[in-house]
Amino acid sequence: MGFLDIDNATKSYGAVEVLHKVDISVEEGEFLVLVGPSGCGKSTLLNMIAGLEEITSGEIRIKDAVMNGVHPSKRNIAMVFQSYALYPNMSVGQNITFGLEMHGTPKDDREKALADVSKLLQIEQLLDRKPGQLSGGQRQRVAMGRALVRNPDVFLFDEPLSNLDAKLRVDMRTEIKKLHQKLGTTIVYVTHDQIEALTLSTRIAVMNGGYVQQLGTPKEIYDNPANLFVATFMGSPSMNLLDVKVRANGNAIFADTTNGAGEKVSLTFTNPSETLKSYDGTTITLGIRPEAITDPEGADHRSTHVEKVENTVTVTEPAGSDTFVTTTFGGKDCIARMRADTEAKAGQRVPFAINMEKAVAFDPKSEARIG
Amino acid sequence: MAMADVPRGQTKASAPEKDFRTKLQEWLPKLVLSPSLALVAIFVYGFIAFTIYLSFTDSRILPFVGADGQPTYDLIGFANYEKLFKLSHWEIALTNMAVFAGLYIVVCTAIGLMLAIFLDQKIRGEGMLRPLYLYPMALSFIVTGTAWKWFLDPGIGLENIMISWGWESFTFDWIKNRDYAIYTVVLAAVWQTSGFVMAMFLAGLRGIDNEILKAAQMDGASNWNLYRRIIIPQLRPAFLSAFVILSHLAIKTFDLVIAMTGGGPGRATELPATFMYSYTFGRNQMGIGASSAVIMLMTIAAIMIPYLYAELREKK
Amino acid sequence: MAVASSDTAIRTGRVTRTFLYLVLLLFALFYMLPLYVMLVNSVKPLSEITGGGMMSLPQTWTVEPWTKAWNTAQIGVESTGLAPYFWNSIKMVVPAVAISTILGALNGYVLTKWRFKYDTILFGLMLFACFIPFQMVLIPMATVLGKLGLAGTTTGLVLVHVVYGIGFSTLYFRNYYAAFPTELVRAAQIDGAGFFQIFWRILLPSSGPITVVCVIWQFTNIWNDFLFGASFAAGNAQPMTVALNNLVQSSTGVKEYNVHFAGAILAALPTLLVYIVAGRYFVRGLMAGSVKG
Repeated sequence: MGFLDIDNATKSYGAVEVLHKVDISVEEGEFLVLVGPSGCGKSTLLNMIAGLEEITSGEIRIKDAVMNGVHPSKRNIAMVFQSYALYPNMSVGQNITFGLEMHGTPKDDREKALADVSKLLQIEQLLDRKPGQLSGGQRQRVAMGRALVRNPDVFLFDEPLSNLDAKLRVDMRTEIKKLHQKLGTTIVYVTHDQIEALTLSTRIAVMNGGYVQQLGTPKEIYDNPANLFVATFMGSPSMNLLDVKVRANGNAIFADTTNGAGEKVSLTFTNPSETLKSYDGTTITLGIRPEAITDPEGADHRSTHVEKVENTVTVTEPAGSDTFVTTTFGGKDCIARMRADTEAKAGQRVPFAINMEKAVAFDPKSEARIG
Repeated sequence: MAMADVPRGQTKASAPEKDFRTKLQEWLPKLVLSPSLALVAIFVYGFIAFTIYLSFTDSRILPFVGADGQPTYDLIGFANYEKLFKLSHWEIALTNMAVFAGLYIVVCTAIGLMLAIFLDQKIRGEGMLRPLYLYPMALSFIVTGTAWKWFLDPGIGLENIMISWGWESFTFDWIKNRDYAIYTVVLAAVWQTSGFVMAMFLAGLRGIDNEILKAAQMDGASNWNLYRRIIIPQLRPAFLSAFVILSHLAIKTFDLVIAMTGGGPGRATELPATFMYSYTFGRNQMGIGASSAVIMLMTIAAIMIPYLYAELREKK
Repeated sequence: MAVASSDTAIRTGRVTRTFLYLVLLLFALFYMLPLYVMLVNSVKPLSEITGGGMMSLPQTWTVEPWTKAWNTAQIGVESTGLAPYFWNSIKMVVPAVAISTILGALNGYVLTKWRFKYDTILFGLMLFACFIPFQMVLIPMATVLGKLGLAGTTTGLVLVHVVYGIGFSTLYFRNYYAAFPTELVRAAQIDGAGFFQIFWRILLPSSGPITVVCVIWQFTNIWNDFLFGASFAAGNAQPMTVALNNLVQSSTGVKEYNVHFAGAILAALPTLLVYIVAGRYFVRGLMAGSVKG
């Protein structure tokens, strides 16, 4: 039994099932991020936890109490909305204490709680202002204050950073993470931004098409994606996907492809799985993250299996801290992440170091992980 | 921080059931809406059904009393409608309606569109002119009717003024003339609503993307072509709204005629709305009055229902 | 209406512009004409009007037509002037506007923030009710008002105007609240606010402009109504418009045009004042009833 249990929860609108048997158990103090493209059902799931949408079947429990049919205000949860949803006619202070007022908390206690929260979030000087007079970042803080003051069992965040500009978003991300570390609260956080998911969470549920595709720690999700969707959705630039032919030779298994010049390239799998052997002679999808393809000098020294391949550069994109170098394998674009001062130039033939320990394989039809 | 023990849901042992407050909260919205729905259901749709039923009975005065003073609930089929369409009085009302509605809609749209286009040329004093054009909409048709009635009256109004100014042979007696009286009603009605149509078109014009106009000018379009080919076609929604609003106002025109001409001279300005009123309340022909009201409703429904349907669908 | 017209692409020459101003001014005169006629003739003796001086300014100024129209003019059979009927209209308009606006606000709130199956259809049915020819309900309404004991009374008229005003007031608030962020309602729900608390504390404080629009629209419509007043109000409960019509149409005695004009202005004054003070909101109401948004 976890702290927050989502047990076989489904959601249907009429005959259309939009969320299929979701099973997630969240421990106290965990930071769970629901991530996926728009329409994947992540916000619906969050609203079901909040009680803003009914649960069609299954159960949601908080601290072992069944929440189905319980009014949102009686679940002891708090929510930070995408638009912040600050009441425009109330001052910041009134916004923060409105929930306490509705629950009949005495005025003195409200004042005390407000003082604590505004100090924690450093918004003491804003308490008399109206939301319209605040900047985006300030509104964000007030919205969090409104959630914190209730001292809820579970915090729900619905894409809280998506209305901020790029720089502020990074700052507030750090802020939220600090807050979580300091208060140790249980958080369910919805975002479509995979970087937010990776940086903030203790665990991630990657969702698509109403299914939880994979539930795991950020490292598990990133290094061991369960399927092609998770592999490509997480990570930026996206994982390179190459069509390769599997060739078994005794215990060794090779992935055959060609480089930009049409020459044959053979890569060896590290510790190939039994499943992979059964694909002998067929074409599969080989996934390699850009940072696993580097210049030989930049290759991961801890890796025991790096293969060097010569290939032709098609485009280089200096991005400041790194330079992304595009080449082709088997006719498909493949991005390598090289050091910023790499000398690779378009049209040149340069060596690439591929860290095969990080390579993953997928069945091209079922898109399932096979090695 | 406060809020240590908030009431919680049932524990797992009991079946998940909603607490009273949650249930009440779910019912409240419908409860709040229901008085209005009940009022509309009875006073609008119930009454419509009632009047339709009445139009199939031979009741004469207050519902269901027959010609002999005895209660009557007998259905007489379409007899009232047959009688109605044989009445020359009704025929006149329909002909007048056609003339009135046709001219009213066309002239209002033309004037409204012209004023809107003119006002859209960065006119100095637009802020003064716009409210001047629109204020008649705030007036009662009875007030409007009174003003025009006396202004057009040959005895004291325009004709008299012209004669006193030295134009001895000037005559203008349309309001007293059977052949022309209906046009004076058109004039007053246009005066009252053309400013409103102007506002509708002006809103449409202001909603057009300026970059499209700039692009058209780069393409070498003259002002005339700009309006004819680019701007006016984009005002389609405004034209549609204007047509729907004006035609529904035209069919409902009642007060203006009562105040200006009382339906006269003779029956020269009788419209369906005044016809219905005089047959129902003046001549104790309730069945015929009801059937004429049904005809009016059907005409308006034919225009309004598709319009409202489209509007409400789009907004989803 | 404030979209950047300042950099409109259309350029017009000098001759054209002169023509534009000329036409626009002519129409301004056309729209002002009846008001001028009413005003100027309400302050001159009857003899000046009948003598062909309708367009001239008064040679002798007099307020007698006004006092007569207000205090002593014969309306129907009694010489009470328009004053009692003016107050009748006030007694009818104030409660009718208040009730229909409150109901409209609540309906709009439910129809946008507590949506349920078929809510759009129900709203469509309410809205259509505004556009029906009211001849369709005159007979049953007269019967029902009689049964309720409200025949001929101001209370009866209030009921009638509330019923046929709900559609528009609901339309205004529904369109307005549709643009009001639903997340605010959800946040308030989580904060523990109930149905009425959310309405009272969250939505209503932001509803100022639309309330003004709705009140002005209902006020203008109900004040200016003639059909219901003429059909359902007995002699001394008649509203202003009906009384004015009686005054003007009365066939006994000399036609006192100056008194008629003064009476017409008196009947127009409340709505005209509202228009002058808050015309912007009046126009918004007009547009909301016709064009999208």
